[in-house]
Amino acid sequence: MEPLLKVENLRTVFGPVVAVNDVSFELRKGETLGLVGESGSGKSVTAFSIIRLVQEPGQIETGRILFQGKDLLALPEEEMRQVRGAGIGFVFQEPMSALNPVMKIGAHIAEALMVHDMASRRDARGRAIELLRAVKIVDPERRVDDYPHQLSGGMRQRVMMAIALACRPPLIIADEPTTALDVTVQAQILELLRDMKRQFDLSLLLITHDFGVIAETADRVAVMYRGQIVEQGPVREILRNPQHPYTRGLLDSIPGGEPGTRLRGVSI
Amino acid sequence: MALVEVRNLVKHFERGGGLFREKTIVRAVDDVSFTVDEGETFALVGESGSGKSTTGRCLLRLIEPTSGEVTFRGENVLGFSSARMRAARRDMQMVFQDPYSSLNPRMRAFTIVEEPLVIHGIGSKAERRDRVADLFKLVGLDPAHLERYPHEFSGGQRQRIGLARALALNPSFIIADEPVSALDVSIQAQVINLLMDLQQQLKLTYLFIAHDLRLVRHISQRVAVMYLGKIVEMGPTAQIFANPQHAYTRALLSAVPALDPDAPRTRIELDPKLVNREAPLKEIAAGHFAAL
Repeated sequence: MEPLLKVENLRTVFGPVVAVNDVSFELRKGETLGLVGESGSGKSVTAFSIIRLVQEPGQIETGRILFQGKDLLALPEEEMRQVRGAGIGFVFQEPMSALNPVMKIGAHIAEALMVHDMASRRDARGRAIELLRAVKIVDPERRVDDYPHQLSGGMRQRVMMAIALACRPPLIIADEPTTALDVTVQAQILELLRDMKRQFDLSLLLITHDFGVIAETADRVAVMYRGQIVEQGPVREILRNPQHPYTRGLLDSIPGGEPGTRLRGVSI
Repeated sequence: MALVEVRNLVKHFERGGGLFREKTIVRAVDDVSFTVDEGETFALVGESGSGKSTTGRCLLRLIEPTSGEVTFRGENVLGFSSARMRAARRDMQMVFQDPYSSLNPRMRAFTIVEEPLVIHGIGSKAERRDRVADLFKLVGLDPAHLERYPHEFSGGQRQRIGLARALALNPSFIIADEPVSALDVSIQAQVINLLMDLQQQLKLTYLFIAHDLRLVRHISQRVAVMYLGKIVEMGPTAQIFANPQHAYTRALLSAVPALDPDAPRTRIELDPKLVNREAPLKEIAAGHFAAL
C-alpha cells in the first residue's frame, strides 16, 4: 500500500546552515511515527518543511514530499493552503502563542471550518461545541465562549487539537504537544492523542525530544541528529536494541538505572 | 545531623483587591516542615503551582515567608538582620533554572563568578583571579574563556557558570531550583554528573527542586512530594517510589511515561475531591510520612 506521507531526500537550509540534510521517511496510514531529537537536530524544521511553512530565511532546497500521492513541494500555494488544515492538521508546542488572545475559543474553531468551507457561520458554533466535546473539554457549551487565557495549559492544548481536527484531516503533525505541560496533564493529553487517533482514523507524526513520550505513543521512531535521521525503526526495537551510538547515548542520558550512578550520556 | 530545619513554613500571597474586588489569599506554601541532613540530597518535587520553588526561595529569604521557622546549623535564619543574612548567604547558595536569564548578559563570565567574592570582600585582585580560574576548572569550563560573555556559551556551559558563581564562597548548602530542566537531555546528563561529583568532592548538601521524577529518583536520598502548597508525602526516595501511599504521589508516579515498551501501563487518575487537605503528615513507616 502507498504510504500516506513519503518524504524523500528532504534538504532545508538556512543560508549556509543545513538544518535538514537528506531526510527520508514514510508514514503509513493509521501509524504514529515519532521524530525524536534534541534542539537543533532539525526535527521541527522537518515538520514545518512538510507543510511548507519554514520561516525565512529558511528554504527547502531539494527533495519530494508526497502526501496522498501528490508532491506538496510542486503544488501552487493556493492548493497548499487547502492541504494545511484539511489534509494535514497541526498542533504546536505553545498553545498560548498559537491562539489569538482576543478571539474566543469557538471563533478559532469556526475560522478553521469556514476557511475550508466545512461549515457556514450559522453551523460553525454547533460544530465547535461538538469538537470541544470530542477532545473531552468539560462543559463545552460554556467553554466555547471563553478566551484562551481563561483556560489551563492542558485545556488550551485540547483546544489546539479541536482546531487541528476541525476539517477532519487524515494526518496530524504534533510538534512537542506536551513539552510545556505538567506530567499528569501530559499523560492526559497523550491519552487523548491515542483516543483521537482511533476515533478519527488518524495518522500521526509526533515531534518530540522525549523518548518517554515516544515509548507511550509511537509505533515507529526516527532519531534525528544534526539534520539527519541516524536511525529509524519500530519503537520497541529501538528502545531495546539501539544501534547508532547517538541513539544509545540519548537513551543512556535518561536517569533510570541505579540511583546515584554516573549517567553515561552521549559520547560521539 | 540536620543542617537545615524548616518548621511550619507559610507563604501567603495576596492577589487582586481593588475598589470593587475582594482580595484573595493564595496559600503558596501552607504549613511545610522538613529537615535536610548534612551531606544528603533532599528533593522537593511537585507540579507547577505546588509551592516547591517558593519554599526554596523562602529558605534563603529571597522571598520573605509569612510565618514559620527556618534554622541553619541551629540558628533561626528568619530572625537574622539583613547584614547577618548577607553573611549567612555565604554558606547557602542558589542555582537557578534558566541559564539564559539568570546571568547578566553585559557581564563577562569572569566578573559574574568573581562578583560574590567582591561583595564579601574576599581576597586581593590577583587572588580572586586565581580563585575564579580554579572555579572554572572545577565545573569543567576552560579558563581561557573567562573573558567571554554569557551569549558565547552554550546552555550547559552557562549552567556551569551559574554553578561556579554559587560555589565561589565555598557554601555547604546549595538550593538547586530545576537546574537542568531547560537543558537538552544529553546536556542534562553531564550537568547531573557534575552536580553529583561536586557533592562528593566538596561535601555539599543539596535541596533539589524538580518536577522530573526520573531525575529525582536518580539523584536524591530523600524526597518530599508537594501538592497545592503542602507536603503530602515524604521519606526515603527508594521507598516512596516503590511504595507510594498518598493518592497524589501515586497519580504523579503513574503519569511518568515508561521507557520499557513491555512495562505495564497503569495510569492512576487523581480525584482531587478525595484528597483531604487538612490531613496531617503522619509517620507510617520509619522515616516515611504521608498525609492520608
